[in-house]
Amino acid sequence: MIPADLTVALPEIALAVFAMAALMFGAFAGKDRVAAPILWATVAALLIAALLVAFGPAGTRTAFGGMFIDDAFARFAKVVVLIAAAAVLAMGQDYMARRRLLRFEFPVLVTLSVVGMMMMVSAGDLMALYMGLELQSLALYVLASLRRDSLKSTEAGLKYFVLGALASGLLLYGASLSYGYSGTTLFSGIFAAVESDGISLGLLFGLAFMIAGLAFKVSAVPFHMWTPDVYEGAPTPVTAFFATAPKAAALALFARLGFDAFGAAVGEWTQIVAFLAVASMFLGAIAAIGQRDIKRLMAYSSITHMGFALVGLSAGTATGVQAMLVYIAIYVTMNIGVFAFILSMARDGEPVTDIASLNMYSRREPAKALAMMVLLFSLAGVPPLVGFFGKFYVLWAAVEAGLGWLAVAGVIASVIGAFYYLRIVYYMYFGEEGDALDRAMPAAQWGLLMASAVIMVAGVVNLFGIEGFADAAAQTLVR
Amino acid sequence: MATILLLAPLVGALICGLGWRLIGERPAQIIATALLFLSGVLAWIIFFTFSGEPQQIQVLRWIESGSLVADWAIRLDRLTAVMLVVVTTVSALVHLYSFGYMAHDENFDEKRESYRPRFFAYLSFFTFAMLALVTADNLVQMFFGWEGVGLASYLLIGFYFRKPTANAAAMKAFIVNRVGDFGFTLGMLALFFLTDSVSFSVIFDQAAVLGETRLSFLWADWNAANLVAFLLFVGAMGKSAQLFLHTWLPDAMEGPTPVSALIHAATMVTAGVFLVARMSPLMEYADATMAFVTAIGAATAFFAATVGLVQNDIKRVIAYSTCSQLGYMFVAAGVGVYSVAIFHLFTHAFFKAMLFLGAGSVIHGMHHEQDMRNYGGLRHKFPKTFWAMMIGTLAITGVGIPLTHYGFAGFVSKDAIIESSFAAGSGYAFWLLVIAAGMTSFYSWRLMFMTFFGAPRGSRKTHDHAHESPSNMTIPLGVLAIGAILAGVIWYEPFFGSEEAVEAWFGPAIFMAEDNHVLHDAHYVPAWVKLSPFIAMLIGLGLAWLMYIRRPDLPGKLAENQWPLYQFLLNKWYFDEIYDYVFVRPAKGLGRLLWKRGDGSVIDGTINGIAMGLVPLLTRLAGRAQSGYLFHYAFVMVIGIALVVTWFTMTGGAN
Repeated sequence: MIPADLTVALPEIALAVFAMAALMFGAFAGKDRVAAPILWATVAALLIAALLVAFGPAGTRTAFGGMFIDDAFARFAKVVVLIAAAAVLAMGQDYMARRRLLRFEFPVLVTLSVVGMMMMVSAGDLMALYMGLELQSLALYVLASLRRDSLKSTEAGLKYFVLGALASGLLLYGASLSYGYSGTTLFSGIFAAVESDGISLGLLFGLAFMIAGLAFKVSAVPFHMWTPDVYEGAPTPVTAFFATAPKAAALALFARLGFDAFGAAVGEWTQIVAFLAVASMFLGAIAAIGQRDIKRLMAYSSITHMGFALVGLSAGTATGVQAMLVYIAIYVTMNIGVFAFILSMARDGEPVTDIASLNMYSRREPAKALAMMVLLFSLAGVPPLVGFFGKFYVLWAAVEAGLGWLAVAGVIASVIGAFYYLRIVYYMYFGEEGDALDRAMPAAQWGLLMASAVIMVAGVVNLFGIEGFADAAAQTLVR
Repeated sequence: MATILLLAPLVGALICGLGWRLIGERPAQIIATALLFLSGVLAWIIFFTFSGEPQQIQVLRWIESGSLVADWAIRLDRLTAVMLVVVTTVSALVHLYSFGYMAHDENFDEKRESYRPRFFAYLSFFTFAMLALVTADNLVQMFFGWEGVGLASYLLIGFYFRKPTANAAAMKAFIVNRVGDFGFTLGMLALFFLTDSVSFSVIFDQAAVLGETRLSFLWADWNAANLVAFLLFVGAMGKSAQLFLHTWLPDAMEGPTPVSALIHAATMVTAGVFLVARMSPLMEYADATMAFVTAIGAATAFFAATVGLVQNDIKRVIAYSTCSQLGYMFVAAGVGVYSVAIFHLFTHAFFKAMLFLGAGSVIHGMHHEQDMRNYGGLRHKFPKTFWAMMIGTLAITGVGIPLTHYGFAGFVSKDAIIESSFAAGSGYAFWLLVIAAGMTSFYSWRLMFMTFFGAPRGSRKTHDHAHESPSNMTIPLGVLAIGAILAGVIWYEPFFGSEEAVEAWFGPAIFMAEDNHVLHDAHYVPAWVKLSPFIAMLIGLGLAWLMYIRRPDLPGKLAENQWPLYQFLLNKWYFDEIYDYVFVRPAKGLGRLLWKRGDGSVIDGTINGIAMGLVPLLTRLAGRAQSGYLFHYAFVMVIGIALVVTWFTMTGGAN
């Protein structure tokens, strides 16, 4: 029994062991001098884990009495999370080293939070859910305040921690209500209870509180308030991490909880999700217009994008989940590219985040400006780039599910949102001549920027077949 | 063979249009012309060896969508064979002629632009589209050709793109044709709706059924065959410049003269006649539409002839003449003798192309002077052109030996139409056509007399420098002259012989219903009917001689005495003015209204209001909400959870 359970969770266990070993090695072998080797080893470990997950045994397996589920859905989310984490570490290394921030805890904390995320998306039980969530969150709180000597960074970490604790409390409260009214913490048990007796008011309350807790993690309006401040305050590589892997994991967990535990009451929670989606899309789009700082801007951008991903979820169908997964994958790819660029933005070695500093960037760096333009157009959802297809899929799923109004709202929001992406393009191509940014760009950042831009163009052909995987994932989740 | 014939002009167009920079201007022109001559030779071989049994040559599967299946196939029957000969022969000769005519062009020489390959590429492309049209096996393919020739026509009318008048004329041709094409499209869709196919063979098999079907369209129930035939005929009216949709043809003379000869005389404008003949199995069940076709045809023949009487631009005279002759063809088709319509189409292609090319030769020699009032006495300067034009005039006015079928091409085919119209019992069409024949004779001879006889008028310098055209322009004239003289006599029997002879020759290409005996009856009309067009022709000739040779002062006096009538004719019955007032200005007004009020004020106003007023306001509010205070953030979250819980209890508590 036990060995079989361990095989199912092998990638998680391996990563956890690796994280602890790295911690030991770092602590005893020379602290921050070995940070870079540890970082690159972590990148390799994450990629190996991704391969392990991707090419592991197919089908659905459960472990620990149903608390841990390994299915196509979990694998899809895990691969996205692992690759995103690896990419963020790789491109952040140079930035951190230059600013003397490269502590050996950085890769270790990232790895631990990744383990938490993998736990989240595989959760088959409220306890497993909470455990994964907290492991992830605690690591993220520390990461946000990694720059201890910076007021902004510590403020960001503190804000995130306090609000995160509030959200955790809400979630935990909801979980206890659910347990109380269904008599079990297993998702399958809750599902059966709802299916046989209908959803009771107590379970509804439990669901509402848990949704609130998860909405905080995906930074959906009105639980988004921490996002801009934390994005701005945290060191940029950490911001890049925040914007990618945890978002994917939280969304996957959202879908997991919705369908695995409350799949018999889809009609109840999709309304709330639709409301969160609309509010996020519009607030993100509108508030971003006023931003001058590219990191804050990306914070609102990610709020908008989470809104779009939630549109897919609120369809409440397999197509909707498929669309959401495709959307996440595309979103993560785009954000990696954009953050690779943001990481390279510096003047005289000091990081710059003002978008006005990109004035006439195209004149000096035509290739990078072009790649960035492609990414921004893709973020805005301009056809025929891949970003357009992500939006198209979620909106299509909404229309198919009879949520025409939601799709219309999404289109309007994306039109408003296009403004601030295009403004950056405008600065890069038509702005006034200003002080030049540094030209240097480490290979990892350059490579990821270009790769991401190329994917946005080349993926038009068949999205690299990602639809097929997403479809398989969605089919295992939605029955 | 037919496939090569069809594709050779396309290849020529591509090589000439896209590849001339690689191979040079002159080789490009030569290749395009050579390929067309190849097509021409193949067409004549097909024409002479064709057995009469229809063939279908599949080129490729073109469209397949649900039950809509359209092949790219060549439907080769007698009708197609005749059209192939007409199109490729005239086109090949026009290509050859263009070497001379387009050698120098004041519109382009100044800036040393290359315009010749472009011209030849357009001509070849036109030929390809026209061939696609006449070889079509289904309506969609025909429509492709139909639009292709429209496009080529547009490009060639506007060939002198620096001249505003040429651009305006090109647009006019295109837009007026839109009206007709709308009818064509509706007809095509109706047929697809009724028969679930666009293929001719399927449609023709069901023609009898369509004659019995009722179809609801707009406000009433219609006989399906009549309605479809009518809609298709609207398309034909546009392409063939019939009354009400004719206004573009005279303006199309802005294009270079070889274009006028090829497109606006011999081939494209006859596409409408071809369409009616092609759809003969359907037309035979559409009596009301056929009466309409006859009426429009006769009215056009008469109307265009009256306008032709007073025009002074040599090309416009011939343009109105074309319009008028097309009316004759439609009368023939309308009374049910499709073979005669095609006969006239066939002979007309020769003599009308020759008249145009002859006129082009004069224009070329006279340094682009087109006003006949500045001509006069040119027969010594242009001996070859003069004799070619003389043959063309003899052919169009219908000179021949009365009561036999020996005469110039136009004599045989035009008299056949007039006799058929009488035999069909349409006194209205018969008399209009006879009067039009008289007027045809008058304006054709007027053209001859004003151009080649009398004293030279206009600028002395132009007359001194006038010269006969080079041989690459006069040779096509000679070839066409042979056709203009002999085409009528040689092919009298298969086109207008006994019913058996015609049916044997055409086979199933055209269909005449059991009770359609017009062809038979036309041979037994009274002698005065057979003589009447000849007499009308003599009267026209006499009057023209009197007014332009004997008493050259008469026309001026007559114009003064009959001032309102003269103005009425000179201004083409005021069609352009009426259209401008009724259609163009309201359309422009509506467009301006939608643009300024609808688009500018309402749409732009709303969008700008939201984009510049509402959104920035919300942005400011959102920015203010992001205060940075932790307790604000937590408060928002609590409000959020309160909202969510409330929502759940309000809606989800139901069960």
